[in-house]
Amino acid sequence: MSPVLLAVLVGVLGGIGAATRFAVDGMIRGRWSRLLPVATITINVTGSALIGVLAGALATGAISADVYAIAATGFCGGYTTFSTAMVESVRLVASGDLRRGVVNAFGTLAVTVIAATLGLVLGLQFGS
Amino acid sequence: MHADPHFLAVVALGGAVGTLARYGLTHLIPRDGGLPVATAVENLVGAFALGLLLEALVRRGAENRTRRLVRLGLGTGVLGGFTTFSSLALEVQQLLADGQVALGLAYGVGSVVLGFATCLLGVALAGALHRRRTPGSGAAT
Repeated sequence: MSPVLLAVLVGVLGGIGAATRFAVDGMIRGRWSRLLPVATITINVTGSALIGVLAGALATGAISADVYAIAATGFCGGYTTFSTAMVESVRLVASGDLRRGVVNAFGTLAVTVIAATLGLVLGLQFGS
Repeated sequence: MHADPHFLAVVALGGAVGTLARYGLTHLIPRDGGLPVATAVENLVGAFALGLLLEALVRRGAENRTRRLVRLGLGTGVLGGFTTFSSLALEVQQLLADGQVALGLAYGVGSVVLGFATCLLGVALAGALHRRRTPGSGAAT
């Protein structure tokens, strides 16, 4: 695949990822977000699990480096968001809830790393 | 409000722009001794910019359609697409799996601590700029 086409596809999938995040956020927010920003947490955890699956599939050769770039850097990168997670943590702390702000920031990190690990274990099953 | 096709379109367009910028920057910034510097830079810059943008919009008053399009296009779209939690999580996982436990923990925890700090800095800067533009509003506090 030409580098230009690859970049275009990464961008397009990034746009689809961001639109998916917007839609998922709209479905979850309001119903659940009483104690923690559950919508953003859900998005980041599911996106991290998916990138783990893709990394596993790449490692076994089940998918090519190009497909990995489009799906992982493009879709997963556009779908998950670090900036919103930080803004929501800052807002929790600014509202006087230091504990929830800290739990949101570090809890998201811990759970996304676990999700990526579980995804990787699953992804390694492909092509082996 | 989430169902408005214009809102979805600006989020998708912004997300494509932000993702392409991240993709380009990741190719320009080499990994430094195993540390994923590119992702760290993107996430810290994005957290600062989103803090600045959202606070600046909040301080301009109630959200109208234009402000909502700016927030969704630049914030949810561009900066949401520019930053990534999935790459951060996978990179931490890979460092830990490689036995580089200290580096993995430093990268993960450092990203969150510095991301929080740069975001707070963006919020504070937006507040300072707002006070400079509108003298007397909240200057006494």
